[in-house]
Amino acid sequence: MSEAPAALTVRNLRVGFGTAEPLVRGVSFDIAPGECLAIVGESGSGKSVTARSVLGLAGAHARVTADRLELGGQSVLGLNDRAWRARRGRDVGLVLQDALVSLDPLRPIGREIADSLRLHTTLGATARARRVLELLDAVGLPDPELQVRKLSGQLSGGERQRALIAAAIALNPPLLIADEPTTALDVTVQAQILALLERITLGGTAVLLISHDLAVVSRIAHRVAVMHDGRLVETGRTAQVLGSPRQEQTRRMVAAIPADKPRGTRLSPAERRDTPSIPGTSAVTPTGIPHDRTVVLEAIELAKSFRRPDGSRQLAVDNVSFALNRGSTLGIVGESGSGKTTTARLLLALLAPEHGEVRVFGQPWSAASEKTRRGLRASVGAVYQDALGSFDPRWSVAAVLTDALGVRHGQRAPQTTARLRSLLDEVGLAATVLPRRPLELSGGQRQRVGIARALAGRPEILICDEPVSSLDVSVQAQVLDLLDDVQRERALSLVFISHDLGVVQHVSDHIAVMRAGRIVEIGPAARVFAAPQHQYSAQLLAAVPRLST
Amino acid sequence: MSDLEVQAGLAAQSRQSGPSRRLGAAEAAAGVLALLLLVSASVPHFLAPGDPLAIDPLSAFQPPNLAHGFGTDESGRDIYTRVVHGTQYSLVIGAAATAVGLSLGIVLGTLAGMLGRVVDFTMNRFLEVLFAFPGLLLALLFIVIFGPGVATATIAVGLSTAPGYARIIRAQLITVRSAAFVEAATVLGRTRWQILLRHILPNTLAPLFVLATLGVGQAIVWAATLSYLGLGAEPPTAEWGAMLSAGRTYITSAWWMSFFPGLFIVLTAVTATVLGRSIDRRMRHA
Repeated sequence: MSEAPAALTVRNLRVGFGTAEPLVRGVSFDIAPGECLAIVGESGSGKSVTARSVLGLAGAHARVTADRLELGGQSVLGLNDRAWRARRGRDVGLVLQDALVSLDPLRPIGREIADSLRLHTTLGATARARRVLELLDAVGLPDPELQVRKLSGQLSGGERQRALIAAAIALNPPLLIADEPTTALDVTVQAQILALLERITLGGTAVLLISHDLAVVSRIAHRVAVMHDGRLVETGRTAQVLGSPRQEQTRRMVAAIPADKPRGTRLSPAERRDTPSIPGTSAVTPTGIPHDRTVVLEAIELAKSFRRPDGSRQLAVDNVSFALNRGSTLGIVGESGSGKTTTARLLLALLAPEHGEVRVFGQPWSAASEKTRRGLRASVGAVYQDALGSFDPRWSVAAVLTDALGVRHGQRAPQTTARLRSLLDEVGLAATVLPRRPLELSGGQRQRVGIARALAGRPEILICDEPVSSLDVSVQAQVLDLLDDVQRERALSLVFISHDLGVVQHVSDHIAVMRAGRIVEIGPAARVFAAPQHQYSAQLLAAVPRLST
Repeated sequence: MSDLEVQAGLAAQSRQSGPSRRLGAAEAAAGVLALLLLVSASVPHFLAPGDPLAIDPLSAFQPPNLAHGFGTDESGRDIYTRVVHGTQYSLVIGAAATAVGLSLGIVLGTLAGMLGRVVDFTMNRFLEVLFAFPGLLLALLFIVIFGPGVATATIAVGLSTAPGYARIIRAQLITVRSAAFVEAATVLGRTRWQILLRHILPNTLAPLFVLATLGVGQAIVWAATLSYLGLGAEPPTAEWGAMLSAGRTYITSAWWMSFFPGLFIVLTAVTATVLGRSIDRRMRHA
């Protein structure tokens, strides 16, 4: 890249806030026109701050210094707000993670996209409208004429992300920065957005992709830079970095990707704990988890519908049946709106089915009264996606756990301390989290507290509804390993619900694929993955991000 | 991890007190004023040893001077003594009225929020009718029916603030009731009552007490208004609103008769509001 100037040149970039240690400590990289560079790192590694500094958006209190910071060969160091505004949109476009909050909810997306055209070009109103339609067409939104008038709330997640990309490329900027552009999306939509970004690079635009997920970026990135603790620890061609990672952090990130890793493989560097032998269990599966043919949880022809705003009824769960064997894991996978969460709520008897029945240990569960069910509740635990929301905001971790242990708040018998300790040990938390409120914990710690609470009542069945979907891949790896540990140690039976087929593949013995409220395919995990019977399963499977080395 | 560490963690939890944030100047001033008001309400003789009702016709209509800091009224009663002694009426009426409004609001709001759609619908329409009247008009209506007096004025003010509280409680209750942590408590096998008492009510009521502090200021102004109209405390009782009303006749010649009671109504209301807002901010960030 000696003749044409690089789309972006960064040398020794340092960003700090206040008097604290700098968050970004000497980062250097180039992006050539038409190249896609992915910066990958855990949350807090400084990757987003790096991306924002390139746009002059690091914030009013940020101290940004660099030896060189050049967009298309022109230095942008120390530009004032006015000069930055002239460049943003024209020289560099930005696509953010959460399209719902990145778009003004009260303005039609057509006007949102036309904004940059209005500010930076001399195009008239009709020419702008024509260009907006072209852009929407280019990003693959069907019926652009219809879509321009819609508000962001009326679009699906994928459509919104496309609209946001359309706005970012409206002025054909030579550089596009995409910060976690697919994180909140279903796998199939994610695959489509990635394909769109790839098409944009083929058109000569340089793309800086920011993500915590190596598998996602490996599909389209030419080069990968792994960021850790404010530094780029490893940079190289994608295949080379993923195929033969040289640094510890990179190896760890590669190891954290769950897809195609057999059940029981460790995803995080932590060693497996010694599994105490569980008395009374003789049958041991190849993965080392004892389980037998006893059915602990059974769903029989479950159906549940909801009233739409217009009064009609929509079937959210339709004729769902399965059985869960003791000590095994059933993975339920499907995209948003497929009825997974409704199924979870039916299994937890938080909703009553309109048809069919849930049975626990062969006894009536959904058909029983809440009063009789309460006696069995301790045997059925739950882990939620939104761990933070599942804790009373006024309660500290200690209060949450003592309450779950069945000890009244305020009364602390000596044995409570011992039980708390073993619970904290089991989920790998230090006693220092006890006085804190969940709000003050990291995402991974919160989910550990959530798991500890679920385990406090000594359950035999654990219903996990998207337990890792809001976590970074590396934290996800730790939580998945933790679930694997506790399942081994306690011979737990798990229902694991997720939109992420890669995760489900890693944790499940059996898999049920859900679509539009129905189970379209159910069977042993190995069989479903090797030879999917239903076309939709195959489609889902193809969209799973895996390392394409 | 040892038991000791766990115990240390548990101890740290109980040690952890309210947020330590710096006081603003307004909050500090409001705090000092609130303290003064509380002292004058509980032990008025400490600040003003005289009798608030003692008549001294010879020294009537004296402007503020060394002997009478706030001047005297038409019967020669010391305004300062009367203002200090009047604090208890205002504070008690304000606090009692807020308590009445809040309790009624809690009952109505909880019923609407917990008892299903029919009750909720009925309660909402009822509250809407009450909302259609200006609050003070509602209070006047009540007094017209039950006759004037301090007790009726208090209840009247309380009644007129109740619909607002009920609405807020209902909305808050509905939000909290569908929160994920309530569901999590159900999954843990808690009974409806346990969930109501340990999760729903505390999370509903905590923000409400902030509102109540703000409401005390409003209630004091309303109670004074009623007295001013001659529907609450009656002269010669040393109640601020009644004093304001008595001074009205002489406002051109003896301004101090209405100025000082008025000043204290404003100061008390502002104090309550500043404190309420300050508590509100702290709770939000806690």
